[in-house]
Amino acid sequence: MAITARSQAPTGVSDAERAQRWRPYQIVFWLVCLAAVIAFPLIISDPAITTVAFFTLVFAAAGSAWNIFCGYTGYIALGHAVFFGTGCYALTIICAHWHIAGGWAPFEFVPLAGLIAAVVAVPVGIVALRTRRHTFVVITIAIFFIFQLLAENNVFGLTNGMTGAELPIPPWSGYVYNLPFYYVILVILLLAVATSWFVRHSKYGLELLAIRDDEGRALGLGVHTTRVKLSAFVLSAFFVGMCGAVWAYYVESVFPPFAFDALFDVLIALMAFLGGLGTISGPLLGALLLEPAQQYLTIAVGQSGLNLVVEGAVFLAVILLLPEGIVPAVSNRLFGRAAARKATPVAPGPAGPSGVAGPTDTTDATGARAPAPDAGSVATER
Amino acid sequence: MALLQATDIRKAFGGIQALDSCSITVERGSITGLIGPNGSGKTTLFNVITGYERSDTGKVEFNGLDISRYTPNRIFGMGMGRTFQLTRIFPRLTVTENMHVAIRRKGLASLLGRWSASSEHARALQLLEFVGLTHLRDTPAGSLSYGQRKLLELAFILIAEPQMVLLDEPAGGINPTLIDQLGERIRELNRQGVTFLIVEHNMEFIMGLCNRVMVMHRGAKLAEGAPEAVRANPAVLEAYLGD
Repeated sequence: MAITARSQAPTGVSDAERAQRWRPYQIVFWLVCLAAVIAFPLIISDPAITTVAFFTLVFAAAGSAWNIFCGYTGYIALGHAVFFGTGCYALTIICAHWHIAGGWAPFEFVPLAGLIAAVVAVPVGIVALRTRRHTFVVITIAIFFIFQLLAENNVFGLTNGMTGAELPIPPWSGYVYNLPFYYVILVILLLAVATSWFVRHSKYGLELLAIRDDEGRALGLGVHTTRVKLSAFVLSAFFVGMCGAVWAYYVESVFPPFAFDALFDVLIALMAFLGGLGTISGPLLGALLLEPAQQYLTIAVGQSGLNLVVEGAVFLAVILLLPEGIVPAVSNRLFGRAAARKATPVAPGPAGPSGVAGPTDTTDATGARAPAPDAGSVATER
Repeated sequence: MALLQATDIRKAFGGIQALDSCSITVERGSITGLIGPNGSGKTTLFNVITGYERSDTGKVEFNGLDISRYTPNRIFGMGMGRTFQLTRIFPRLTVTENMHVAIRRKGLASLLGRWSASSEHARALQLLEFVGLTHLRDTPAGSLSYGQRKLLELAFILIAEPQMVLLDEPAGGINPTLIDQLGERIRELNRQGVTFLIVEHNMEFIMGLCNRVMVMHRGAKLAEGAPEAVRANPAVLEAYLGD
């Protein structure tokens, strides 16, 4: 297929037309993936494996949500654990305050927990988004540590400090324990991916991408950059907060260093970078590759802290070898995008003297990879 | 009443007085040229007018409204578009996507709708045709040549149907054929009622195109008038050759 596509490129078959031709296969591919993800825990019911699968979905959902803001605008936030932790504690406090019993009831408050995380994201976003680029990254990290310290020291009397807080005990046991959590987080994941897709194809998403490419120019074309950035930031916090809430209920208790976990900040960024920043499927693929590996490493070498070294090394390797991520790289190969671009005839009349080559990465979601449900083999509690 | 009137603009960067009591007037429906030696403050004046820089003192009026403290997006929304000396496009978006960024979006529904299905899509393609970039519509804008980028930048400003367009060195660094084409496009738009203010070093281009030329020197207006008169003005020659 790739050869046909490439050879046709000079004769005027555009990328859009080529993508159009692939669309039916793409839809089938996604449907197969969806069916596989739904059937997975029913077929392979070993809790050791479904636990890893659950964590993978948590990260896939959180990574997709992170990507809606960070991937599309290019603002790399390393503090989304603030919203994950807020979601954790929001559900914990809601359940304690309203005496919610274990069972399906706590799940009903997951959207509310997400909403609370979104509310927290408004002032955080207003402060952090006053800065750009590297300063923004540093500010988000700083804000993250502020939240972690607030939780550890129980400053507002909400978190119960380092003693931790308990959630209702789920009534399920043994082989079916993971199932409700798995399907709830799957629904959140699907919502996050659908939102990401919707944003990517909307004018709103186009404004986010324009901000990534040249914020000043976008402002000069009437884009309300502050409003657009803040709304995407809050939207991503909403989904990350819901992930935190489900995760907290799953592990049954929350402690500040686990709810507000610096490793979470780095991992979701790493997953998006590995899969492809700003692509719809990138964070899914990244989570699928990295989360089982990270679970395995934590078990295998976690005691010596070697897992952190390995994760750091992966981050470096991704930045050095695959700066655009797997999805754009594969997509370029498959669709002959780069080749087609080189072969695109320069206009005979209005050709400038210098053909300025653009960056090689695209932000298209064509040639997508989705989470095939072959999660790793070792289970652990985070 | 003039379409654009900047009065007594001052702007300093540290010890450098980039604009020193600069006043200009652009009449509705005109093509006005703005020339001057390097460092005379032309681009700074553009930045002040379009909201990218705030002047220290002075007033910018557009359509009789004081826009001195407006943000760039608000000024663009009022019908004033600009291009940049080093073109600023969105390199990782396709040419068509670039066109859609500048489209006015009214209401949440339009914002959340798919851009490719929007009613303005036909107009975007029409404007690409106008500047001759139709065959490159699915290409990432970053792989366009310098001249093509200039045309794209002009096209995506036009999609918002501005009353006035400020061009910063539109002919700089592009080939003669394209310069002629560009001039033709500017004249055609001017006939449709768009007012132009053009900064340019290419004298042939500017003298042939503009009905009025202003000369800036050391942050202030030195001379103004018909192209021939300005060209013959001894003070202008002094500014370019002397010092």
